[in-house]
Amino acid sequence: MAGEAVIRIRGLKNQFGRQVVHDGLDLDVLRGEVLGVVGGSGTGKSVLMRTILGLNRPHGGTVELLGVDVLRGDAEARAAAQTRCGVLFQDGALFSSLTVTENVQAPMREHLRLPRPLMDELAALKIAMVGLPPDAGPKRPGELSGGMRKRAGLARALSLDPEVVFLDEPTAGLDPIGAADFDQLIRDLQRSLGVTVVMVTHDLDSLAAICDRIAVLVDKRIRVGTMADHMRDMHPWIQAYFHGPRARAAFSAAGMSPGEGS
Amino acid sequence: MQDGPGWIRQAEADGQFVVSAGGVWTVAGAAALERAVAALAPGPAVQVRFDLSALQHVDTAGVFLLRAAARRYEEAGADVTFEGVGARMRPLFELVAGNEGRAPPAAPRRYPLAAAIERLGCTTVDGVRELAALVAFIGEVALTAARNSWRPRRLRIVSLTNQIERAGLNAIPIILLMTFLIGVVIAYQGAVQLRRLGFEILTIDMLAITILRELGVLLTAIMIAGRSGSAFTAEIGTMKVNEEIAAMQALGLDPVEVLVLPRIIALVIALPILTVFADVVGLLGGAAMAVVSMNINTTQFMVRLGEAATLTQFMVGLVKAPVFAFIIGVVGCYQGLRVSGGAESVGQMTTRAVVLSIFLVIIADAAFSIMFAAMGI
Repeated sequence: MAGEAVIRIRGLKNQFGRQVVHDGLDLDVLRGEVLGVVGGSGTGKSVLMRTILGLNRPHGGTVELLGVDVLRGDAEARAAAQTRCGVLFQDGALFSSLTVTENVQAPMREHLRLPRPLMDELAALKIAMVGLPPDAGPKRPGELSGGMRKRAGLARALSLDPEVVFLDEPTAGLDPIGAADFDQLIRDLQRSLGVTVVMVTHDLDSLAAICDRIAVLVDKRIRVGTMADHMRDMHPWIQAYFHGPRARAAFSAAGMSPGEGS
Repeated sequence: MQDGPGWIRQAEADGQFVVSAGGVWTVAGAAALERAVAALAPGPAVQVRFDLSALQHVDTAGVFLLRAAARRYEEAGADVTFEGVGARMRPLFELVAGNEGRAPPAAPRRYPLAAAIERLGCTTVDGVRELAALVAFIGEVALTAARNSWRPRRLRIVSLTNQIERAGLNAIPIILLMTFLIGVVIAYQGAVQLRRLGFEILTIDMLAITILRELGVLLTAIMIAGRSGSAFTAEIGTMKVNEEIAAMQALGLDPVEVLVLPRIIALVIALPILTVFADVVGLLGGAAMAVVSMNINTTQFMVRLGEAATLTQFMVGLVKAPVFAFIIGVVGCYQGLRVSGGAESVGQMTTRAVVLSIFLVIIADAAFSIMFAAMGI
């Protein structure tokens, strides 16, 4: 199954007013990989994620998600593809009027007909999987800390055992220990569930620790490669990003040679 | 991926139970799989082998159900071994095994009668507390206003004019339309009834008194409570949710001074002006009705109106406007600051603000009526 593309983007163009964000962007995301998406502010990382999910209509190009054309495919097929994806939004975006358990059960209620006790048990399983204590289940999102909200958001994203998980800045706003835990959690879940992970992040530690490949948004397009590939790239922004002082610290912690290729 | 649906079977071979499962075991088919698991009949076996080599696709829900099936045999006293798990499925099994059976603590059992009594008590205590907090909030607003009256520069003029524009100026069209129609309705209903007594001309007195003393100001206040009081609660409440209020306090800004005072003062200025508009247009509506459908001409109407619509009648209505404005502003801002949590709370508090401010406005109106009656006005 390796090598099969679960997401295939060709010639994507996005613009807001006169500002062109993406122009002729191509991207393949392979099954089972962890892809990190990085880029400067305003380069359209979140727009790219929203476009793949069908939340944003681009000006041109094609987007295929799990073999379904997100832009022109029929509504039923697109909805089916969407249920095979899980999304963790930046601040969790939990439904504030529901408890954590009900949040995790929301996709099950919507798409499946499961008996109540089974849903309760599955929700408890998901909540434990993301490392939340059992008593977090009956709580409302307002009663949780930021880190716990992220975990609860991840539990909801994993509710239907998706094939592709999108994470928008999963470690932003977490303390370094919490962020490292979260990285480990994503990696563990990815290994045991075999999901494909697309992760928008600025956390260099996450990039170094868990990403198989990194997609860099520069000049309205994307350059995909491993960490070592990007190290050799002479583009000024990529140079500054992967050779800055923070990058050096993160990569030496991850056991990579900071000056590799330069 | 042409995978078959999930199945599970039990067979007996060489005195051993073999349970084999295959097909797709995912959350999509979980309901049927759970029934299949429940239909297994764990016999009195010592050794049970689970043969999973026919499984095609499994997710956490599937593993959970397979383990639930195994647990049924274990509870019947058997030793369960899994076979054919494979390298691909093993991490999933470990993940589920490490995390299952951690259901949240069951909520304590509730007795309906006790719960009802408890709820009654909570509602009462909450109501009293809310009233006390509202009074405290009025005190806080008054103190802040008094403190700032020494330093008029701190009364935020820009914010104040902005609020007057939004709560006052922008409300003029709807208020004009509403009171014009009310004037028409009152004149029509009054004329129909009074004509039978032969006092059609008294319609004008009735119109003047109802519009000027009561309906002009009351309807304007109710419209403003729905229009601006709710906006105050929603704005301030959303700011509370976004931690903007906390940020203000951390920067040494007093939310009462920055947010609440300009809004209340804006309403206290805008509502009397709107009331004047409402009074005039209400009378115009009545006049239009009178001229069109009664045997009264414009001159007669003006003369009679001049006698009925005295300055006292007008002032009796107008004097209530600042009080109503204060009630609407205070309740709207107070409920906004009481928002806690998320979107649901904003909606709840906005509803409460509108209901409570209209209720209090009507109570105040009744109090004014009693007061004016006692004064003989």
